[in-house]
Amino acid sequence: MSFVEYSDFIQDGDVAIVHLGHNSVTPVKVQHGAQTQTRYGVIRHSTDLIGQRYGSKVTCSKGGWVHVLHPTPELWTVSLPHRTQILYTTDIAMVTMMLELKPGSVVCESGTGSGSLSHAILRTIAPTGHLHTVEFHQQRAEKVVEEFKEHRVDQLVTVRNQDVCKDGFGVTGVADAVFLDIPSPWEAVGHAKAAMKKHGGRLCSFSPCIEQVQRTCEALTEQGFEEIRSLEVLLRVHNVRPVTLQLPDFGPDSSSDSSSQAGPEAQKEAPPSATPNHASLKIKTTTPPREMPGHTGYLTFATKPRT
Amino acid sequence: MAHNEDNDYEYRIKEGDHVVLKRGDVYKAVQIQRKKKVIFEKQWIFLDNAVGHLYSTTFEIASGGTLQPKENKETESSTDVQVAGTDNRHINDDGKSQKLTRDDIETMKEQGLTDKEIIKQLIDNSSTFNNKTGYAQDKYIKKKKKKYENTVMVLKPTCRILAMMYHGREPGKICHLRYDTLAQMLTLANIHAGSKVLVFETCAGLVLGSIMERMGGFGSVIQMYPGGGPVRAGVECFGFPAHFHDTLHEFPICHVNALLAGTLDASAKDSAPEEKQLSVAAEEEQKQPEAEKQEGSPEEESMEANTGDDVGQDQEKLEIEKRQEAKAQERKVKLEEKRRKLAAAAALLEGRNADGLVIASHFHPCSVLLGLLKFLSPSRPFVVFSQYKETLIECYTKLKEQGGTVNLMLTDTWLRHYQVLPDRTHPLLLMSGGGGYLLSGTTVATDPSKPAGSPQAEEPAPKRQKVKD
Repeated sequence: MSFVEYSDFIQDGDVAIVHLGHNSVTPVKVQHGAQTQTRYGVIRHSTDLIGQRYGSKVTCSKGGWVHVLHPTPELWTVSLPHRTQILYTTDIAMVTMMLELKPGSVVCESGTGSGSLSHAILRTIAPTGHLHTVEFHQQRAEKVVEEFKEHRVDQLVTVRNQDVCKDGFGVTGVADAVFLDIPSPWEAVGHAKAAMKKHGGRLCSFSPCIEQVQRTCEALTEQGFEEIRSLEVLLRVHNVRPVTLQLPDFGPDSSSDSSSQAGPEAQKEAPPSATPNHASLKIKTTTPPREMPGHTGYLTFATKPRT
Repeated sequence: MAHNEDNDYEYRIKEGDHVVLKRGDVYKAVQIQRKKKVIFEKQWIFLDNAVGHLYSTTFEIASGGTLQPKENKETESSTDVQVAGTDNRHINDDGKSQKLTRDDIETMKEQGLTDKEIIKQLIDNSSTFNNKTGYAQDKYIKKKKKKYENTVMVLKPTCRILAMMYHGREPGKICHLRYDTLAQMLTLANIHAGSKVLVFETCAGLVLGSIMERMGGFGSVIQMYPGGGPVRAGVECFGFPAHFHDTLHEFPICHVNALLAGTLDASAKDSAPEEKQLSVAAEEEQKQPEAEKQEGSPEEESMEANTGDDVGQDQEKLEIEKRQEAKAQERKVKLEEKRRKLAAAAALLEGRNADGLVIASHFHPCSVLLGLLKFLSPSRPFVVFSQYKETLIECYTKLKEQGGTVNLMLTDTWLRHYQVLPDRTHPLLLMSGGGGYLLSGTTVATDPSKPAGSPQAEEPAPKRQKVKD
């Protein structure tokens, strides 16, 4: 197992993702002899996990079952322990494409936060790229180093514990792309430019507030960035469900009694008037969730020209 | 320093390169060919002069359509305007504010005035410009600049640029797949180097090319194609290095059933219908030279009459036969190559251990999805794009019935661009109404042969337990 390479069977030391149903997932560090408690009972790693195929159904002690999945950056994003606010897959997908990431890309990122985006970047730039990620919070930086090791992507990433606005990314002239998710990105735009390759590259800044976007765009223009575009992308979920809709009774219709209408019409005419009418139509449709995330952050993209 | 120069070589435009032309938000993918006329934004251009320059260079289009690298990048500051109004109370739309006529402007263009000079003339001849507010003046200049600008940027193609280009120019060709939706697909399907991905698309090859870019020439991509042959014009636009194409395989969807049943014999001669067609075509073409020969015979006779040389005729006959043989040989080689490719793709599929599945087509996705899902390992992601939500509702329902998948999600994305200017930041007035729908999920192992009924009987109970919890 690695976050950048699939394997078929669960091994000791892997990180597996337990799918508990209803899009609820939790990561598990697989260890010989260890146990994991779930709401359906205990999973015994030695017998239930190690040697099993990823994707298998595992029956827990209380008789309930779960599926054990191979980790992916997307599953990690919805199961990781939050140490900060994180970027979700919809924004991550947009960032990955608009930064033009691919195998071999060298990327600078700050702040690392909980590492949600970092894992997605690493997946895309492996096996020949590199991620330089800067996090000013010491514990967070240490924790994420540990996770990168557990997820077997540590050879692709350098974590630096410093303040990007003061000290930059620790590299110059190497990056194809820079990502900023910090409170005052305009203070880091100069460092971002310095970190990027001479021939140019792409930059993205993620900010929840429009005032941050405003100041960042000004800084980007000042530093000679081109093609500055701000946008917002939201995920809309459609819940599939069957819906039954009643059909009202208009009473006996003399004009169209023996004419063409068949289907529900025939049902409707069965009970004349005294008994309540239960004619209805069943359809398969989707309903929106009652509430949804209506704002995550604005994404500002720009191109650094050749300098 | 030498190292630096090597680096630059990589970024230089070369003859034969696939590039993207850009002006404003308009893109066009073309190949750099000597003396090739290219029409971009109603203008004729020759790209010859771009060769040797660096990518992302902006060129001015000189007379005759030749390119000239644009000298100094003018700063975006507006043409020195001092007078401005406070609001628009004195501006009336009477159509008389501009004194220059269309013909005047055309003459200026013919005289070879730059966009800047033309705009200056427009402003000088506008009776209302000085009454406009500063913001309105900026907007006016920007609008006119866009109209009279005569430059083009030459870009290296990427998935981002091509997805935006196709969406802007020919959305019908890519099933109205919006670029952010494509971005979601690539991420949701966990496309990465070293995996084995199945693709079924009728999006001109854009989806296929994007996947190949993300795999960077590591791993394998198998294009499952409908009909006679795979369509992938869009893949060419990416301008991938040759070795990328070694990772690309193709398999006709009409053989999927045979492959699943284990009756596909790729090594046998005429297993494929289109191969049959091919061989028939080959036979026909084999006949053609014969016909040619017959037609040619009177000439030969006359030649014979002229020269009286029997040996010459024999030689000619021999040559024709040789040519025929060579052609047949060529056909044979081609057929053999095709068969070999089919066998290679079949071998990749037979293990039923693919790492990802991406579907984006104008076919009904349900049968495609259910058919191709069988080739995936358990615990692997898949994503289906459709322009229509209803088709994905059907896919969702079928998958729920048959099992073998988790994390099913039917989604679409909402995308809004912003104008960001000091004190004038707001969403753009127009936005895309929809970029298509996605169904994504993860495969899981189906119960292996269901041993002795007991687990099956157990299943409903824990489900109820789940609800209680």
